[in-house]
Amino acid sequence: MKLTPVITQHWDDPTLYTLDGYKSHGGYEALAKALKSDPDSIIATIKDSGLRGRGGAGFPTGLKWSFVPQNDGKPHYLVVNADESEPGACKDIPIMMANPHALVEGVIITSFAIRANHAFIYIRGEVPAAIRKVAYAVKQAREAGLIGKNIQGSGFDLEVTVHSGAGAYICGEETALLDSLEGYRGQPRLKPPFPAVAGLYSSPTVINNVETIANIPYIIDRGVEWFREFGTEKSPGFKVFAVSGHVQRPGIYEAPLGITMRELLDYAGGMRPGAELKFWIPGGSSVPMLTADHLDLPLTYEAMAEAGTMLGTGTPMVFDHTVSVVKAVTRWLEFYKHESCGKCTPCREGTYWITGVLEKFEHGHGTENEMETLTTLCGQIAGRSFCALGDAAATPYPAAMKYFSHEFTAATHTSADEQFDPIASYVFSGARA
Amino acid sequence: MISESTRLKMRELAKRYPNPRSALLPMLHLVQAEQDEVTTEGMAACAEELDITSAEVTAVATFYTMYKYSPVGRHHIGVCINTLCGLLGGDAVYERVAERLGASHNGPSADGNFWLERIECQAACTHAPVMTVDWEFMDDVTPQSAVALIDKLASGEEVWSTRGPMIRDFQATEHTLAMAEDDLATVGNYVDEKMLAGLKIAKSGAQQ
Ligand SMILES: Cc1cc2nc3c(=O)[nH]c(=O)nc-3n(C[C@H](O)[C@H](O)[C@H](O)COP(=O)(O)O)c2cc1C
Ligand code: SF4
Ligand code: FES
Repeated sequence: MKLTPVITQHWDDPTLYTLDGYKSHGGYEALAKALKSDPDSIIATIKDSGLRGRGGAGFPTGLKWSFVPQNDGKPHYLVVNADESEPGACKDIPIMMANPHALVEGVIITSFAIRANHAFIYIRGEVPAAIRKVAYAVKQAREAGLIGKNIQGSGFDLEVTVHSGAGAYICGEETALLDSLEGYRGQPRLKPPFPAVAGLYSSPTVINNVETIANIPYIIDRGVEWFREFGTEKSPGFKVFAVSGHVQRPGIYEAPLGITMRELLDYAGGMRPGAELKFWIPGGSSVPMLTADHLDLPLTYEAMAEAGTMLGTGTPMVFDHTVSVVKAVTRWLEFYKHESCGKCTPCREGTYWITGVLEKFEHGHGTENEMETLTTLCGQIAGRSFCALGDAAATPYPAAMKYFSHEFTAATHTSADEQFDPIASYVFSGARA
Repeated sequence: MISESTRLKMRELAKRYPNPRSALLPMLHLVQAEQDEVTTEGMAACAEELDITSAEVTAVATFYTMYKYSPVGRHHIGVCINTLCGLLGGDAVYERVAERLGASHNGPSADGNFWLERIECQAACTHAPVMTVDWEFMDDVTPQSAVALIDKLASGEEVWSTRGPMIRDFQATEHTLAMAEDDLATVGNYVDEKMLAGLKIAKSGAQQ
């Protein structure tokens, strides 16, 4: 399947991040078109396009927008989730650094559609590079009258605020993000009510991922038929895939949904010389790993679900035969333990417990009994936690056991580093000196 | 003492939101921009501006890892040790940098000029192993290049982010985060070969 740069099409133009640069490639024409149409028909268009959220869960975007009650007299808000902190996810930050106006134009169109007069872009605090590019784009758009009062004579007013987080993975979870944006600890809220009904400041709020919103101008500009030419019935469109790990050319590859991992791997130059693929993860550490046996599956929401995993963020991490699965899983659990917000017991206590047991395996001191313990623990966290972080924490171990249980058995007497020389996994040489 | 100019910026931030309390996270970044850490008096100033208690501010501040409670020094150094970066070499980078700085995780260097932190995934896995200086990207580092970078910073030489501007210092970055802008968007290179990998292939026509 061919690569199809759309969001990434003009990234080699060093002026793309400026208003003039973006406009020279047809930027803001979709906005002009949108403002001449009406909000309901834009929602209908996005519904028809079948666009699904690119933040991980793949929820249909137009449907989400349609949940916002209309003419309810309350202010409506759009909140862009730019917290990208999922291990392995590295596509929203590049989008904001290279093509921030696609996001800003998408924000204006989306706000118009859901009748919001104030939009927030919540960007994780650890990435000033993305924050300043987006802020600059917002500033230029404001100066050009694309943000503010009576945009292009349409009567539509919009304020856009760029907001920095302060380091907390959980703030990517949409309701935790809202609490954080309101100036509280970022801890998830009980749902329902869903944000579309009671979100930011208890008002109807749409929360979408950066890439989701960056799709909007292209769909409005080029139409539903064009969009649906890419991808599958259930997963239409294209995706900014970010391929990382032990491949020859890690990087950004935009392609239609439905491309296979084997094809993406080929584009990325294949594995390092002499290396064999051991396992890969389609989209973030929160979704189960797959192996070389799954390389020919289409990367779609439905095919990944059938294979027992998820497309997630669509940012495949590839690990070769030098990697210890025990060590990889332990490191991910250390992350979840660190990031657990502490609100609910299964996740708060469970991630500590699992991590402690896994660390014994990493050091070669696990026991057969403890393999059972880990299975039980994961079973007691999954589906019993307050938010999806708990489920995510319960994901890596069972997934690894499905394909590599022998490595955990070996880790009852041999440490991960003895099983696999860590230096062999490094992408540079000379570390032994 | 929190300066009057910081106070004015705090008020400006509060006005950006329908509810002023939303400005709390940026305001705490402002405190770090002025004081190099989140101080008790900085938190008290936030509380005063927002008309909430200091305890409420403390409860919020301590939830977020970017706020520090002793001086960070001139530069914050982050080394990503999440699975992908760590296993691809970030672990070795971290060890060498820690040794060079005489620092341990989330603490200052021996001379107090640097702060070292094992950081989680920095959304740059395509550029692993990843390091950050004052949160600006230093992509594709090796133990050797990382130490050389620290040496340069220590001697006050000019250093550029691999995808971003010239390195300033920690407090300058905190100011950028607080106000969500600075005048550096037009300086430096933010798009590199890895971000163009797919586009290059598509343009060359070398497709299957
Ligand atoms: C722990 C956790 C972290 C998340 N982090 C992000 C994130 O950084 N960015 C994001 O867009 N969605 C993230 N999500 C998913 C959001 O909750 C939400 O589904 C998404 O922002 C909706 O946008 P979309 O429909 O456009 O995908 C996270 C979810 C969880 C449970
Ligand atoms: S599952 Fe974890 S992150 Fe989510 S609410 Fe419970 S403790 Fe917090
Ligand atoms: S794992 Fe280091 S940047 Fe993602």
